[in-house]
Amino acid sequence: MKTVRIIPRLDVKGPNLVKGINLEGLRVLGKPWNFARYYYENGADELIFMDVVASLYGRNSLVDIIKKTSKEIFIPLTVGGGLRTIDDIHNVLRAGADKVSLNTAVINNPELIKIAAEKFGSSTIMISIEAIKKNDNNYEAYTNNGRERTGIDAIQWAKQAEKLGAGEIMVTSIDNEGTGRGFGIELTSMIAKYVSIPVIACGGAGTVDHVLDVIEKGGADAVSVASILHYNFVAQYGMGDDFSAEGNIEFLKRGKAGFSKIQDTTIDEIKKNLVYHGISCRFDEQNLEHQEAG
Amino acid sequence: MGLNSEITNVKDGILKSDAVILPGVGSFSNAMSTLIKLDLVSVLRDVVLSSKPFMGICLGMHLLMSESYEFGHHKGLGLVNGTVLRFDGNTGSSGKRFKVPHVGWNKIYTVKNESHENKWNNSVLCGIDDGSFMYFVHSYMTKPENEDVQLSVTNYGDIEFCSSFQYGNLFACQFHPERSGPQGLRIYDNFAKMISGNFKDE
Repeated sequence: MKTVRIIPRLDVKGPNLVKGINLEGLRVLGKPWNFARYYYENGADELIFMDVVASLYGRNSLVDIIKKTSKEIFIPLTVGGGLRTIDDIHNVLRAGADKVSLNTAVINNPELIKIAAEKFGSSTIMISIEAIKKNDNNYEAYTNNGRERTGIDAIQWAKQAEKLGAGEIMVTSIDNEGTGRGFGIELTSMIAKYVSIPVIACGGAGTVDHVLDVIEKGGADAVSVASILHYNFVAQYGMGDDFSAEGNIEFLKRGKAGFSKIQDTTIDEIKKNLVYHGISCRFDEQNLEHQEAG
Repeated sequence: MGLNSEITNVKDGILKSDAVILPGVGSFSNAMSTLIKLDLVSVLRDVVLSSKPFMGICLGMHLLMSESYEFGHHKGLGLVNGTVLRFDGNTGSSGKRFKVPHVGWNKIYTVKNESHENKWNNSVLCGIDDGSFMYFVHSYMTKPENEDVQLSVTNYGDIEFCSSFQYGNLFACQFHPERSGPQGLRIYDNFAKMISGNFKDE
């Protein structure tokens, strides 16, 4: 039986953790390492850091965050956003990342997957596919965090990425992302059936049952969640530090009005629900042990 | 961990150290040819044959074996007799397909020897619970010729494979202790105690 992973995703803009809806309208939620440490201590199986504006501005502010995080967090860290070259990949791996997530750069140059997989190992290379369903019911891959159409069929692209040496595929249905309406089950299952490498479903969780659905019906090997955990963290711990630096803090000022579809929860609750439905995940002894120690 | 560590690819650095960790990301043949190019093969052999604590992780575990079938057939360092084989995700008695690479958390179990003593107590796995979760990322696994060297086994698909082994001062594991949370850190803690000679004091 496969052991499913729950992977909090931390979207980062400059020094802040942000969250959008349909990959847009980014709101500042706090400082990324506070969230990262909390998720590590509370049962996260891995973490994903995404520099969500990097590919737009050609910058990457994640290296410092990763350096800081990898010293105190001992689960796999994936970094993505704005990584263009072998040197970019090398830099974030050196900073302490275990894997990189690539989208825009490899759509522009698919051979980069092959070169990177040969140099750093397939297991290091995660391909992120962000897609929107077209009128003809096919899914089209988008780049630049959901801003640019590519004309490329998402399912065919997943297969090609696997052939070129990708180790994992992260699938985001842009229409679902940030909405709390549930994952893009159809898109996830089409890709999960078509490739033999692990598939990470991303974007749309509003309840613990959505996570269960995308595993049972979508065939996901891992599930990436953001809002559903972040809003819980913010509700418990507030905004903490000062956010004058940059970003839209309206969300934090107003509370979570307009996000009623998202029932915030914890990793523990997500995993409890999975275990209850007979799905294997890293849950039992270690979490309990941690709570006692905590 | 309180260890002074240095990432090195030079002979002197390795020979002067109190202990060596051979990590690994990449492919077997690339790594072997790099070790040959840097003239490190004999140095690593000397370290393993000395009494210095040595830890091989993932590909670093694979490299210790005599041969690998990763992208062709290649000779390894040959410090442990055995081979490196690929998971076959399509076959198996149940006929069920499973994903390769094996990515994620999985449990490690003790291998009971004839006297039923727990070999973990005398290794860096000391204090870790039987059935603990560790983090794995791999498509290939080691198969030591002498099964007695196995410290732990793990099940994936319908295959049971060797997830760690101990051979004298040499410990090697398929999982990544540095990415396996508090239980994984315990391995480094034990390793540090072995280096400083405090391991048996507990």
